[in-house]
Amino acid sequence: MQRKIMAAATLVAVASTLALAGCSSSSSSTDSASTASSCAPSGGKVNLTYTSWVPGMDKVVDLWNQKNPDIQVTVQTGPNGNSGTYQNFFNEIKAGNAPDLGQIEYDALPNFRVQNGLVDISSCANVTDSKSKFIDFTWKQVTLGDAKGVYAIPQDSGPIAMYYRKDLFDAAGIPVPTTWDEYAADAAKIKALGSYITNFPKSDVNWFAGMVWQNGGDWFKNDGSNWTVDLTSAKSTQVADYWQKLISAGEVSKLASFSDEWNNSFNTGQQWTWISAVWGATTLSSGAPDTAGKWAVAPMPQWTSGGKAAGDWGGSSTAVLTGSKHPYEAAQFALWLNTDPDALALENKLGGLYPAATAGADLPAFQSGSDFYGGQKIYDVFKTAAAQVNPDFTWGPTMTQTYTDVSDGFGTALSGGGTLDDALKVGQDKTIAALKAQSIPVNG
Amino acid sequence: MSTATARKASPRDAGLTPTLRGAGRESILSRTAAMLIMGIFTLYFLIPIFWLLVSATKTQDQFTSTAPLWFTPEAIPNFISNIGRLFSYDDNVFIKWIVNSVLYAGLGAFVSTIIASMCGYALAKYGFRGREAVFNVVLSGVLVPATALALPLFLIFSKIQLTNTFWAVFLPSIVSPFGVYLARIYAASSVPDELLEAARLDGSGELRTFFTVAARLMAPALVTIFLFQFVAIWNNFFLPLIMLRDQTLFPVTLGLYAWNSQISQIPELRSLVIVGAFVSIVPLIIAFLSLQRFWSGGLAAGSVK
Repeated sequence: MQRKIMAAATLVAVASTLALAGCSSSSSSTDSASTASSCAPSGGKVNLTYTSWVPGMDKVVDLWNQKNPDIQVTVQTGPNGNSGTYQNFFNEIKAGNAPDLGQIEYDALPNFRVQNGLVDISSCANVTDSKSKFIDFTWKQVTLGDAKGVYAIPQDSGPIAMYYRKDLFDAAGIPVPTTWDEYAADAAKIKALGSYITNFPKSDVNWFAGMVWQNGGDWFKNDGSNWTVDLTSAKSTQVADYWQKLISAGEVSKLASFSDEWNNSFNTGQQWTWISAVWGATTLSSGAPDTAGKWAVAPMPQWTSGGKAAGDWGGSSTAVLTGSKHPYEAAQFALWLNTDPDALALENKLGGLYPAATAGADLPAFQSGSDFYGGQKIYDVFKTAAAQVNPDFTWGPTMTQTYTDVSDGFGTALSGGGTLDDALKVGQDKTIAALKAQSIPVNG
Repeated sequence: MSTATARKASPRDAGLTPTLRGAGRESILSRTAAMLIMGIFTLYFLIPIFWLLVSATKTQDQFTSTAPLWFTPEAIPNFISNIGRLFSYDDNVFIKWIVNSVLYAGLGAFVSTIIASMCGYALAKYGFRGREAVFNVVLSGVLVPATALALPLFLIFSKIQLTNTFWAVFLPSIVSPFGVYLARIYAASSVPDELLEAARLDGSGELRTFFTVAARLMAPALVTIFLFQFVAIWNNFFLPLIMLRDQTLFPVTLGLYAWNSQISQIPELRSLVIVGAFVSIVPLIIAFLSLQRFWSGGLAAGSVK
């Protein structure tokens, strides 16, 4: 009997390899069949599954389930997207049992789009009308450059501002920088005092992209069929050259971000600023508890004096995944999840989300001053920043690979073996190669 | 034929004795060197565990501000409050993870030990056509990494709608090709054919003979297989990652990984992950310490014979 089991196991292993091959060849033919022009209610009682890694999401969904007895949602969870959940989505889409809805970060949406993993929900009731309820750039992120299609509902966003040590700047008589030129000048002064103005995060390439985003650079373009890769545009290299100068002068530290020593450098006053997203507020307050009350938040330094531009770091959406039998109900749930004031308040309280809905900025949680930031109403700064994020920044379909390649190059640059520019060039070439390898049409 | 294997094994066992005696004559120098190297390696393996223990007694703030390898004065109350927070966080989900891990690893190792030992015993003691072929196929199973099988398994389990269930992790865990190999080798050398023949003459059925006679003789091998499989399932991470979505089904490895991936959103999880990692190795240590006795005791018994 055991013999049979073993033999069966071997057969199964072989068969499944074949099945895998079969799946991958057929997935391209499923194409836009799911982009049905009609998005009708299913009628009767509907059960939906929703996968998200936001802590406390089950409590938010309980609220929906109480109010909507006919559309019951089950929450599934797992590690964050790039730590395994995205791969799981792709596996499930292949196997035909993907959840109805999934949390997908903006920079991963194009990947799901080119693999036909997303349902276009633009024809579902209330979806296109909701555009005005969301921060401009977040809506642009979910339409993927396609004027008619809507591939997800924006969930949260990460507008960037500058966290800085007000007490240290004041005590040293150094002006708080408002432009990048001033920032560089301050960096030298702070270096002379034995500290760093900030840390250059080698692995957070999406942070770097946020800097390029602020400068009006665009790493990718998609004209509907062809992709253009532009990591080495003038705007992008301007940002790279700027940080390269700070790195070469030893005016920024090179710690691994979110590590213990990184936290410690903030806690001991070794870092005077952190250019980071809205969600960084809690990262800072928990990582550097000894510095409570000494921080403040100001807009990002600008490239031109008097400029009003911000970047974005992070943010995710709620997408209806290919294979869902109830796109109408799924779309209604996604809309509620990301616009209902009660839901938004709970997501912020339990999961730390900064809503993509414009109404989110009015949540009570964002109205009061924060003790860690000396009583400043820091969320006003982020609300302004969110409106200043350029809507036209596009992510590519192979971001994980691009991040890895650029991050490798950044590592070399930090150890003095090259420049950030070189890293972008390598990222550019490898990204084009990766797109070609996946038969995604690309210019150049 | 199997008698021959059994005889072949015993002189080899006897050959151990002179080597052991020879150990006494080694020079002090080489002995010190050996002890030194072993000492260094022991430290090398123990320091991370010690770090984990020390870190489990710290509050979030103390991670960055105190010495990483020594306790703080308030270590004990901190440890107790950390454990309390760990167990109560998110509706006591961590306790569910530990229970799940114990179920997956305990039950899975138990069943796989029975299956592997029966299979190995059959391969060692019954002559049938294609025996070597079957054994070779099983052996080749040792070479296939579990990670490589996870995705095909997921697609198969999807077809039969078993993903995101207890069975999705449990069923693949009860297969242990290495256990079969070990059981065959051990059964061949430690279960005499004469004993089986005697049992048959006394009218014992094959199953009964296996459980009452053979399994007892094979006990050290069974404990070894159980331990190997227990550790393998306890540490298995990729299969649950691919199969499970419902966090109440997670084993502790996957649960901690999921928490760890959310640290940037919820920084307080950082200390919970560290305390959780420490708690999660405790069952492994218990399993090893309590089973080691049977394990090494059994091996010695084999060599005396």
